[in-house]
Parts: sequence; C-alpha cells; structure tokens
Amino acid sequence: MNQIHWLYLSVLLFSIGAVTVLVRKNAIVVFMGVELMLNAANLAFVTFSRINGNIDGQVIALFVMLVAAAEVVVGLAIIFTIFRTRRSASVDDANLLKY
Amino acid sequence: MNAPSVDYTAVAPMLAVFVAALVAVLVEAFAPRAQRFIIQVFLATVSIATALIFVVYLATQDTSKTTAGGAVVIDGPALFLQGTILVLALMAVLTMADEASPESSAFTAQASAVPGSVDEARASRLGLVQTEIYPLILFSLVGMLLFPASNDLLTMFIALEVLSLPLYLLCGMARRRRLLSQEASLKYFLLGAFSSAFFLFGAALLYGFAGSVRLSAIAAAIADGGGTTAASAVVGKDGLLLMGIGLLAVGLLFKVGAVPFQSWTPDVYQGAPTPVTGFMAACTKVAAFGALLRIAYVAIPGVRWDWQPVIWVIAALTMLVGSIIAIVQADVKRMLAYSSIAHAGFILVGLLAMDRAGIGAVLFYLAAYGFTTIGAFALVTMVRTSTPDGGVGGEATHLSQWQGLGKRSPWLAAIFTLFLLAFAGIPLTSGFTSKFAVFSAAADQAPWGPGLVVVGVAASAIAVFFYIRVIVLMYFNDSVGDAVTVTRPGALTTLAVGVGVVATIGLGILPSAALGLANSSSVFLP
Repeated sequence: MNQIHWLYLSVLLFSIGAVTVLVRKNAIVVFMGVELMLNAANLAFVTFSRINGNIDGQVIALFVMLVAAAEVVVGLAIIFTIFRTRRSASVDDANLLKY
Repeated sequence: MNAPSVDYTAVAPMLAVFVAALVAVLVEAFAPRAQRFIIQVFLATVSIATALIFVVYLATQDTSKTTAGGAVVIDGPALFLQGTILVLALMAVLTMADEASPESSAFTAQASAVPGSVDEARASRLGLVQTEIYPLILFSLVGMLLFPASNDLLTMFIALEVLSLPLYLLCGMARRRRLLSQEASLKYFLLGAFSSAFFLFGAALLYGFAGSVRLSAIAAAIADGGGTTAASAVVGKDGLLLMGIGLLAVGLLFKVGAVPFQSWTPDVYQGAPTPVTGFMAACTKVAAFGALLRIAYVAIPGVRWDWQPVIWVIAALTMLVGSIIAIVQADVKRMLAYSSIAHAGFILVGLLAMDRAGIGAVLFYLAAYGFTTIGAFALVTMVRTSTPDGGVGGEATHLSQWQGLGKRSPWLAAIFTLFLLAFAGIPLTSGFTSKFAVFSAAADQAPWGPGLVVVGVAASAIAVFFYIRVIVLMYFNDSVGDAVTVTRPGALTTLAVGVGVVATIGLGILPSAALGLANSSSVFLP
C-alpha cells in the first residue's frame, strides 16, 4: 500500500483537530482537538520514519505521547478548576479579560 | 546500542535546577507546613545561584560542545542566554518570596479552593501559603535553560512543554481577582497547547524532509539541495521544507508574542499574579528568542530568502500593532503587555540581520529588556488599593489610580519613570543602547534592512507617546484621594528593583562591557 496515504490521513486529522479548536465552545472538546493534532503529528512522524527507513521518528512518537499525557494532567486541572468556579466549561463564558 | 555519553559539567546548570525542583516536590510532601515557605525560598535561590556559578565557570572555560548524544549544545549564545535567564529568574523569585504577611501576597492561599467559597475563607484565615509555586518555577526554569540550548527539534519541543506547563498553572494562582486569574490560565493553556501542536507538526514535516530532527542535519539537507530522503521524493521537498518551517515558526512566534499570535499576551499578563507576569515576560521571552535564533541561524539559514520576507512583515506588524494598541490601554499591566509585544518586534528586527552583529544585538536586547521588565512588574505589585479599614487591598492597576503618585511616593514614581524611559528607548538608558544595536545591525542589510528600520523608528516614536502619558499622569495630575496606597517594599523586592535600576542605567551609560560580552558570545556551534 502506498505510504503517502498515511500522510494524507495525518494531515486530515491535524486539520480536523485545528478546526475543532477554532469552532467548538466546550473547553474539554477544544482540548481534545489539541490532542488530536498532537497525535496527527505522531502519525506523521511514524510514517516518515517508515518511508525514510530510520527509527528516529518512532522514538519521537513515544516522547510526544509522554508529553501529551503530562499536558492532559495540567489541562484537565485548569479546566476543572474553572468549571468548579463558574459551573461552565464553555470558552465563550470566560470573557472577563478584554480591552 | 550504546547509551549516549553525557558531559555532566556542561549540563550542570540545568541539573542543579532540576535536582532542586525534585527536592522541592519532596519538601512539599514531607516538610511541616510552617517551615515549607522558608525551605522552598532557600532551595530556589540557592539552586539558581549555584546554576549561575556553573554558567559563569563554563563561560570562562570557553569550550563550545555538544553533549547528551548531540541533543544539547552548550555554546556562546546558549551560555549567555542561560546566564541571563538565571539572573532574571533570581530577581523574579525574590519578588515572589517577598511577602510581609500572607494578606499582601500575590498568590492565593489555596489554588484548589473555589473563589468566594468557605474553603477559601478558611484557608485565608489560617494564613496558608501556596508554596507549590517554587517547584513550579524551578521546573519551568529547567525548560527555559534547555530551550535555547537544544540542538534538535525533539529536545526543543520537550523544553517548550516543560517551560510552558508550570507557567499555565502559575498563571491561575493569583490571590485577588481569581476569576481573571483562572481565565488567564485557561486562555494561556488552550492557545499555548494549540501553538505547540503546530510546532510539533512542523517538526514532523522537517523530519520527513531531512530524515533527522537534528538542526545541523536539517541545515545539511538544505545545503544538499534537499530531497535526499525517500519522503522528500514522495511528497516533494519544497512542500515539506517550507510548510515545516512555517508551522515551526507558528509555535515559536506564539511564545515570543509576535503578531498575529499576540492575542493571548495582554489577557495573560493582566490576569496572572504580577510577580509571575514579570517572570513570564522576561524569562520566557529570552528563552523563546534563544530557540528562534538557533533555528534561524543553525537550521534554516540556507533558505533565508524564502522566510526573511515573511519575518520582515511579522516584525513590522508586531512593532506597529504593539505600539498603537498600547495607546488606548487603561490598565498598567495590559499596557506593559502591549509594550512587550512591540519589543518582540524590535528583537525580530535584530534577528533578521543574519550576521554576528545581529546575534549580539539580540542577546544584548534580551538582557536589557529582561532587567527593566522584572523591575517594572515588581513596582506594579507595590501600588495597592486601600481597604475601608485602612488595610492593604489588591493591586491598583488602573491607570487612573496611578495619578499623582509622583507626589505621594516619589521614589516609586521616579524608578517607574526610569523603566518607562528605558522601554521607550531614551538615551542614557539600556533601552536606547539595545534599540540602537538591533537597528544598526539591520540597517546594514540592504535592500530590506533600511525600510524595516524606518518602520521600527516610527513605532518607537508612537510608543514614546504612551510611556510619557503614564509619566505625565504620575507627576502632573492630582491624586485621587486615599483610595490607593503604596506598600513599603520588603528587602527582597528592594533588592530585585535595585538590580533592575542598576542594570537599566548601567547598560545605558556604560554598555561596552555587556555589548562586548554579547558580541563575543554570538557564535553558534553548528
């Protein structure tokens, strides 16, 4: 199977993630969009690793998973704190800081 | 497969801070609550000072080297930036640690307690202190030290996350106006994570292009004409390279706060606890520009004709947008945030020069700007509202509350005036020397340099207007009554502000030593 299809898939996933971040209102869903983008990058790393025939990309993907896990911990802590304060996780409600 | 050898002397500054951060976590777990504050402050200041001594030692040894399997490079710019970051972080920790009483602290008693709840009131009544800020600062500092010293894109990504994640949390820990603080934290986190995902995808594309994420390998692949890897042949080398550089730049330009990725800066600077804002504004900017310099000068100088025009436009827009929008700000922290956006534009002008003079100018600018910034934000923490019973309230950041401070608190007004003049780039302050350095480096670069310098000078002229406006407010307007009080600074804040004043004047009047150091540090190890 042509390996370039995996790259198309990764670009597609990345775009879906980016659009999710931009259009969705719930902070958790926005955050899931970011995670999708990170994993799309992982897929690209692994595919390039396969195409180029060296193993660096697979090692990088492992590192990225670890970083993404750490990011989930911090992100959920922040979103959860906001939710307990405001009873809402909508990013449109967090609008006190402007001008 | 052998484990890479690590030169422990070369990475000693980072190790010192990292070990202290781990110990600080243990202190949180095991030390009795009453002693935690003093232990944490001691640990933070001593570890930062130790790391600084290691950096000075390494600088005197004058041996540039790569270590840890080539992932980390310790060369002139890396050491200069690490030294700068450590000094600035020490000043920032001093301003954070200085609290006469828990009530005047900038940090919440318990970040997990819901604002306005019984839990929060109880935590305040017990006089609790959130000492977790010190390990978080130290972890963030490890990332900042690694960021400008990373020699491949993976290390750079890890450093980016290690410096960012603790900062997201620190932003949400303000004692007063906690809703604003938590909102700043959420905005910074979502946008920061979004931009680092772009950085990562850019790194993936460059990996496809060069077959390695090592910066020198990317430079070599560009020099070969590219397209030596199988992926380049399959996808097309220009697409991989240019898309990769573009996405990478999104992540880095977000961190430095350049237009069009600046929208988080004013919100986060305003909402975060002021000492954290100072730390973030100074140290993050130094670290992020360090990484940007390394990418631009080590990895992708070969295709600079492709990316320089884009950065030219971004630099011009950043200077103009920062300066113009700052004019209409009514909050002193927001005004300083837009000022920092404008300064990011000025530093980008130096980065574009693509020669040693440009690197030296950027290094000097970062140091000079950092000292002034930390000092300015330390002063902001002292201007407070008064409570009806005569106590000290939250920070009075609205500009109308700063009216007439020149009469009531001449020292504070005089020092803040000095910092504002330095931001504006008035001669005999560090701001003038640094602006002169970046503009003269760029002006030599025909054909595009002179035009950008003209834009920069115009932006500086606009910026002078809003800095002077604050000075006029402080000295020539009547004060608004007793609504505002200026707290007496403790010894630690005084020390930090003093260092800022000495550096701002010193780098303005006698810049040659520091400029010489910056220029001699301006050789990247490829």
